[in-house]
Amino acid sequence: MLAMDKKLWRELWAMRSQALAIAMVIGSGVAIFIMSLSALDSLYETRERYYRSHHFGQVFSSLKRAPLAVIRHIEEIPGVDKIETRVISYVTLDIENFDEPVSAHLLSLPGSGSGLLNQIYLRDGRLIESGRDNEIIVAEKFAQAHALKPGAKLAAIINGRRKMLTVVGLALSPEYIYQIAPGAIFPDHRRYGILWMARKPLASAYDMNGGFNHITLTLSKNSNEQDVIDHLDEILKPYGGVGAIARKDQLSNRFLSEELNQLKTMATVFPIIFFSVAAFLLNVVISRLISLQREQIAVLKAFGYSNFEVAWHYIKFVLMIVSVGVIAGIGAGIWMGNALSNLYAELFSFPYMIYVLKPQVIAAAAAISMIVGIIGTLYSVQRAVRLPPAQGMRPEQPTLYHRMLIERLGVQHWFSQPVRMIIRHIERRPIKAFLTIIGISFACSVIIVSGFQKGAIDYMIEVQYGISQREDLIAIYTEPTPQRSLYSLRNIQGVEYVEGFRIVPARLKFEHRSYRTAIDGIQAQSHLLHLLDTELNKIEIPQQGIVLTDHLAEQLQIKPGELLNVEILEGNRPTIQIPMVGTAKQYLGSNAYMQVRTLNQLLKEGDAISGARMKVDNRYQRQIHANLENMPRIAGVVEQRSSIRSFYDTMAQSLLFFTGISTLLGAVIAFGVIYNSMRIALSERSRELASLRVLGFRPSEIAYILLGELALLTLIAIPIGWVFGYGLSAYIAFEVDNDLYRMPLKLNLNVYASAALVVVVSSMISSLIIWRNLSHLDMVAVLKTKE
Amino acid sequence: MAQDTPTDKDPTNNDVVFHVRGLTKSYQMGEVKVDALRGIDLDLHRGEFTVLLGASGSGKSTLLNILGGLDTPTTGSVRYRDHDITRANESELTEYRRHHVGFVFQFYNLIPSLTALENVAVVTEIAKSPMKPEEALALVGLQNRMHHFPAQLSGGEQQRVAIARAIAKQPEILLCDEPTGALDSKTGIVVLEALQRVNQELGTTTAVITHNAGIAQMANRVIHLTDGLISKIYTNESLVSPEQLSW
Repeated sequence: MLAMDKKLWRELWAMRSQALAIAMVIGSGVAIFIMSLSALDSLYETRERYYRSHHFGQVFSSLKRAPLAVIRHIEEIPGVDKIETRVISYVTLDIENFDEPVSAHLLSLPGSGSGLLNQIYLRDGRLIESGRDNEIIVAEKFAQAHALKPGAKLAAIINGRRKMLTVVGLALSPEYIYQIAPGAIFPDHRRYGILWMARKPLASAYDMNGGFNHITLTLSKNSNEQDVIDHLDEILKPYGGVGAIARKDQLSNRFLSEELNQLKTMATVFPIIFFSVAAFLLNVVISRLISLQREQIAVLKAFGYSNFEVAWHYIKFVLMIVSVGVIAGIGAGIWMGNALSNLYAELFSFPYMIYVLKPQVIAAAAAISMIVGIIGTLYSVQRAVRLPPAQGMRPEQPTLYHRMLIERLGVQHWFSQPVRMIIRHIERRPIKAFLTIIGISFACSVIIVSGFQKGAIDYMIEVQYGISQREDLIAIYTEPTPQRSLYSLRNIQGVEYVEGFRIVPARLKFEHRSYRTAIDGIQAQSHLLHLLDTELNKIEIPQQGIVLTDHLAEQLQIKPGELLNVEILEGNRPTIQIPMVGTAKQYLGSNAYMQVRTLNQLLKEGDAISGARMKVDNRYQRQIHANLENMPRIAGVVEQRSSIRSFYDTMAQSLLFFTGISTLLGAVIAFGVIYNSMRIALSERSRELASLRVLGFRPSEIAYILLGELALLTLIAIPIGWVFGYGLSAYIAFEVDNDLYRMPLKLNLNVYASAALVVVVSSMISSLIIWRNLSHLDMVAVLKTKE
Repeated sequence: MAQDTPTDKDPTNNDVVFHVRGLTKSYQMGEVKVDALRGIDLDLHRGEFTVLLGASGSGKSTLLNILGGLDTPTTGSVRYRDHDITRANESELTEYRRHHVGFVFQFYNLIPSLTALENVAVVTEIAKSPMKPEEALALVGLQNRMHHFPAQLSGGEQQRVAIARAIAKQPEILLCDEPTGALDSKTGIVVLEALQRVNQELGTTTAVITHNAGIAQMANRVIHLTDGLISKIYTNESLVSPEQLSW
């Protein structure tokens, strides 16, 4: 080995703890980069393959009822490839030992096999045998939630008739990767499921023999999706078509896409933070090393080493540290990426997960780290090699201090000498102090972001289900029914209060923008659904006019007072113009609200309602559920509160995973920055501190000078980190803003507090390690030698 | 010049500041065992100006470091007044340095971020009955340079700040390790004058290490060390003032 390389190894070994702290920061950046990108690639790849192999549709449409003969017209639409019609219904289930309401979508399967499009993936059991009317296949998640196995029995209320069904298989479907009940925002596999049964019995129950109420299409290459949708809508209009949607708007696919979008944001934001911190750390450590080796560099150059050889020596030093971080980061990244992909496979219903680790992701991680490392140190390396040897061999001039801020303010007398030392030292190297502050504040902000995500979900739920929606239960009717049906609900023992609502699908248009949603007709002065303004105060809907969710108003770019064009997609399909009178603050969904009476007048269908919101006495819950189950006009019952509980149960795990990882990473940054800054400060000032020890200062008093500076910087960094964290959270909230949900930018005090706590604890741990070095300060040796 | 032997007076005698007996110090340097001190017996008296002479490696710095509580001996005892500093623990040694000893070093060891005045104040702020920092600086002739930072001072000026810093707490002992080692003769003389003035005006017991035999002429007593042993001690009958020293 060359002497220079031996020097490299020995010096690296001597600085191992600092080098390791930097490698940890780089490794964290690499790990999170590889974790998120590989998980993203894996999810894209798995989704793509699953969609292709199971012929997931590209255009979907629901309708009231059309005869099968209509298919001939649809086949003629240019660009249509395959067509499959189905009968789909929303039913209530009665499951043994489970008293709460359970609803399900019941989908028809062709006589045998798993269908042409949206094919199911059989996990257990078998497909339905032809001619078996009472056999069903159950979605795996739902089966797991109720411990259903092939052979299990359950009862379904199908169009008012109770029917016993036998589970013969468990399955997954590309159509239901994310399984969510209508109107819900979180999956609840105990209370909502997907079932498949043979077409014939299902069609008979709903008078759909020779007809269908749902159609799925795939498209041939080079077809125009929008043209197909427009054609299809035109054909299905007379049959109660509510408007076709493309795959990108299909609910399960949309949720999945939003999730991937969020992951993508994480894959960019976090690594940027880690790599910039690493660049800063390498910069301070290498500058210090070089200033200590000034004379050595001069001697090497005097002996004939070229500038390049000297520079390369130090760059190798940097690359060694970076390599350790990169190798560890790749290992951790692959492990975490695998864990994350499997977590997603578990949370979403994927039949398998193909872990995709693209070589270019690893190459990019390594290249970015190396480049960042070299950029971080280039300046000090360059300065060192430029120094003429003769000048380098002379000792460096003592650092020049000037009277600074405290003198100019005339407040120096307020401070003891140690405090003046701290302030002057910070003032003399403001850029270094500034970067240290930025580094520590990054740590703080990373932890805030993780707290933000959990807090946002809590707040979202609190606003939606604590303040806005106040009902205990929602009963959904099979079809619009007159208001007087509410009497039978009010008569159930334990029901305290009932309000009917009418919900209709509609297309809202303003100028050239349009959006398909549902109009919720609610009772004037509703007690169970409060629409809220931005301050979360209740707002009332006037008799004439429509209120939009704030997000929807923004999408349509409509202001209160302007006329909204509303095309109702049901019944006689009236198109009307109605003034938009206000917006309602909502974090979930994009809905429109009107008074039920006004809506009914427009629909010209009397006082019909689609369901009821109910307030009930919890003690009678069981009887109420039993009663509702027996009412033929009730298709399903939704109980949000228990859904939320089950959401927390299932999400707790993944939230813990993310919060745990970000907190750990935040701590790594804080420790990396603070520990390295302290080591550098100790090395730069050991002579000064040893002098003070000789003068009779106690170890605690010199620690005060050294650690006091870092403590001061840390204290300044924490509030800045709060601001960064807030900004970063705002960025994430902005990035995940979509029609399905918006993340409220609410940060609880305890998020700020725990971020500060992690930073303070990290700095205390570094201080303890430095403290040990301080008490071993060799006074005699330090004083004997020249700097 | 009169030959002198180590006095063996009563250690509780008020006149004796340091009472050193059988002092040895050996330490491991790599794989070599070095016997830096091999049995020193010595008394230092109150107000005395002593010069320790010897070649490098003779043990003079080791002796000074032990006297100043920076190092501990292998065997033997050092009594400072009625304290046995060889038995003191780390924090007792810190207190000892804090209240009784002033140090001056070859390389000044000033704190670059503090002005001359503040470098002195850093000590007076923790001392029991210090003089004013301004007074200490006036004593070494730096009353006009008080607000300069170390980088704005010459080597001699920096060393005088170091002396002011060492004596500002009014220590009983002033220990100087090669105080003129890094200075030219002209500047060195100014520094020695400052040391002499402190010794005479404050009566501070002063021990100065040097390998410059010329400086010995200004001392009350001169102690020669050779290979870790005292080889010669003598008292100067008449003292030479610093400006007359032959350098």
